[in-house]
Amino acid sequence: MSLLDVTGLGVRSGQGRELVSDVSFTLEAGARLGLIGESGSGKSLTALAIMGLLPTGMTASGSVVLDAPGLPRTQITGATERDLNGLRGRAVTVVFQEPLTALDPLMRVGRQLAEPLGRRHGLRGAALRRAVVAALEEVRLTEPDRIARAYPHEISGGQRQRVAIAMALACEPALLIADEPTTALDVTVQAEVLALLDGLVSARGMALLFISHDLAVISRITDHVLVLRDGRAVEAGAVRDIVNAPRHPYTRSLVDSARELDSPLDRITL
Amino acid sequence: MTPPTPETPSPSASEIPPEIPSTPEIPPTSEVSETPAILEARQVGFAYRGAAPVLTDVSIAITPGRSVALVGESGAGKTTLLRLLLGLTRPTSGQVLFDGAPLSLRDRGQMREFRRNVQTVFQDPYSSLDPRQRVGRIVAEPLRSLGLTAAQPGGSRVDHRVAAALEVVGLPADAALRYPHEFSGGQRQRIAIARAIVCEPRVLLADEPVSALDVSTRVRVVDLLAELGESHGLTVVMVSHDLAVVAMLCRHTAVLERGRIVEQGDTASVLGSPSHPYTRRLVDSVPRLPSGA
Amino acid sequence: MTAVTEADALRTPRRSRRSTTLAIGCVLVGMIVAVAVVSFFWVPYDPADTSGDRLMPPGLPHLFGTDKLGRDLLTQLMIGARIALTVGVGSVALGGLLGVAGGLAAGFATRWLDDTISALLDILIAFPTLLLAMLVVAVRQASLGSAILAIGLAMSAIVARLTRVLVKRVLSQDFITASRTSGTSWPRVVTEHVLPNIWPTLLVNLALQLGLAVLAEASLSYLGLGPPPPNASWGSMLQEAQATVLTSPVGAIAPGVLLVVLVIGVNLIADGLRDVADPTRRRTR
Repeated sequence: MSLLDVTGLGVRSGQGRELVSDVSFTLEAGARLGLIGESGSGKSLTALAIMGLLPTGMTASGSVVLDAPGLPRTQITGATERDLNGLRGRAVTVVFQEPLTALDPLMRVGRQLAEPLGRRHGLRGAALRRAVVAALEEVRLTEPDRIARAYPHEISGGQRQRVAIAMALACEPALLIADEPTTALDVTVQAEVLALLDGLVSARGMALLFISHDLAVISRITDHVLVLRDGRAVEAGAVRDIVNAPRHPYTRSLVDSARELDSPLDRITL
Repeated sequence: MTPPTPETPSPSASEIPPEIPSTPEIPPTSEVSETPAILEARQVGFAYRGAAPVLTDVSIAITPGRSVALVGESGAGKTTLLRLLLGLTRPTSGQVLFDGAPLSLRDRGQMREFRRNVQTVFQDPYSSLDPRQRVGRIVAEPLRSLGLTAAQPGGSRVDHRVAAALEVVGLPADAALRYPHEFSGGQRQRIAIARAIVCEPRVLLADEPVSALDVSTRVRVVDLLAELGESHGLTVVMVSHDLAVVAMLCRHTAVLERGRIVEQGDTASVLGSPSHPYTRRLVDSVPRLPSGA
Repeated sequence: MTAVTEADALRTPRRSRRSTTLAIGCVLVGMIVAVAVVSFFWVPYDPADTSGDRLMPPGLPHLFGTDKLGRDLLTQLMIGARIALTVGVGSVALGGLLGVAGGLAAGFATRWLDDTISALLDILIAFPTLLLAMLVVAVRQASLGSAILAIGLAMSAIVARLTRVLVKRVLSQDFITASRTSGTSWPRVVTEHVLPNIWPTLLVNLALQLGLAVLAEASLSYLGLGPPPPNASWGSMLQEAQATVLTSPVGAIAPGVLLVVLVIGVNLIADGLRDVADPTRRRTR
């Protein structure tokens, strides 16, 4: 039984426009998949549909079945808010592109992190404080005590994204959705965060759905990708195959653009 | 974003000596270039009052035809350096020179000449175009503000110059009648470039001009900028953290780290054989496609 | 520019649900305005004429009846419309002018000046309008002018705070920097970019404020702080009719209904303006 089974997923806007249509894929426990596409491809909406978090007015059709160990097997499309709340966090969590908006600006980082940790593990007081510091250490934040006392705006973008990852991991989800988690970061920080995510997902045996517009970034963290364009899946397969022998013309243009951008740098540095 | 302060005389005006003392000739740092620089930063520093310096002792020269990349990460001082080079902020130490003369933000005549020759393109094509103006009016703004609306000897009126600029960036002339929100991100960036080149400047300072765009759009906009450099005698100065774009577009690269230039020179040698550890880390961090093998 | 405007008129589709809202609002407000305009040229009776029978029910010769002093109610209602509109427009003009000027100053000011202005605005906003009105009346006597002054002052603080936020938001946009690097002077940046980008929101807010001002005037008059009779406003009519509301309900109901019609009309206009004023709302994506 797959952890996530998406079949014929469609998303319509309030005006009835088809934003995502007939997207299907499965994700086994501990497996990874990349969703790649440019703006307007529907990649983020697909992620939101899986979380049952589509903006009001949008409707999902098709089937999204989430079957996390220890939790009831749930059909997300059409599920009640109460069912979904039980799943979010424990079955699936998400890390967004912009960590500044994902964190409450008026709450110290430590307290924000304490909330899911306390809820998940039933910790309080000193034990909870220790768990917060441990969680911050796990995402390789130096000076976890200082970070825990800081407000989100007092730490750097890379540190904020690490905190956001720590919060996502606090509930020990079976599936982590990362929606362009490194797009807003500097390249060196991006490399570090990708490595961190890679290590943590492996260590915990989580499944990962990684969403990006950047083939090179996706190839660092997943082996398999689904290429989306205008809300439709145009090609799926191993990253290596797709990069070396794209079958769909759109994928080919995407790969060519990426290669064209890279080639002057490759000439210099290789 | 720093709060905008009017250029009109401020209390600090009295602190600046009326005449620039003749400083001993400071040799250009990087390389001895034959051609005189259009725009030059000489040992500039910048700090907000009571805060750690944002820029320290930065020197860089923009010479005609040599496109320059300012590379570095957020907080390295790239954007501040760009604001200094754009004459939006005054350095707290050192000088910015335009055609060899120190740039004085209060000298109207010089600033007019400067604005005409140094134009800019921003990162975010959504925030850089006034949503309430039609594209034609947006693109014509430099012409109107710099008093270039009178018919040129060549006989081109404002409308014609706007249409010509739109054509150069690959947009139809009727785009002038529409509003920015009717265009995609890539098209909007083209509109911003049209505005920047409409008064035929010599230098274009671009702040992360393609990082907000999709990959395929990115290639086309980079091509456009490269083409402008070749056909319009425009020297492009680009602030970027995207080394691939830098390698594609710029001959000269300066690497900024924590407000200092740690390395500068030919792009090929700076990125190809970085001598500073930070540059090396930067080059190593660039995500690459899996190789064809 | 003219050619562009003509093209716009041809291209812009304006039909929407919002424009119906706008139309209904205009009809409601238009009725009140018409009554007010007519009152300048013709009213059935002299407002000070107490020769009629007291508390007459609606009929002839007094269409809406008379009040407890025998004055014609229709006459008073018509004059009341004039006063309500004068107070509304007057206080919005005063409050809008002061508020926008103060807000622009704060929006452009250096940090220190901005903080000072913001603190002053907060104090002014915390000050109840009624208390302010009593203060003004204590200094100047109750009159139409005093009501406008008090309501306008209170409104200016709210408008200034809104303007300040709007200005700050516009100034942080790249197109302002682009405008400056295009060589545009600050005054022209304000007229070309800042004002056009803030006025739709301001306009909507000022329309809402107009409705509130009319209500505020009614409350002031109800408390006896408004313009004195015989040129009474709807608020003072309500207050006078209070004692006789059971025997002669028209005196209380009529001014109340007109008040509600005007305020709803103004609010509908405010709502409708939102879209018409904003080119980006006419999405083509």
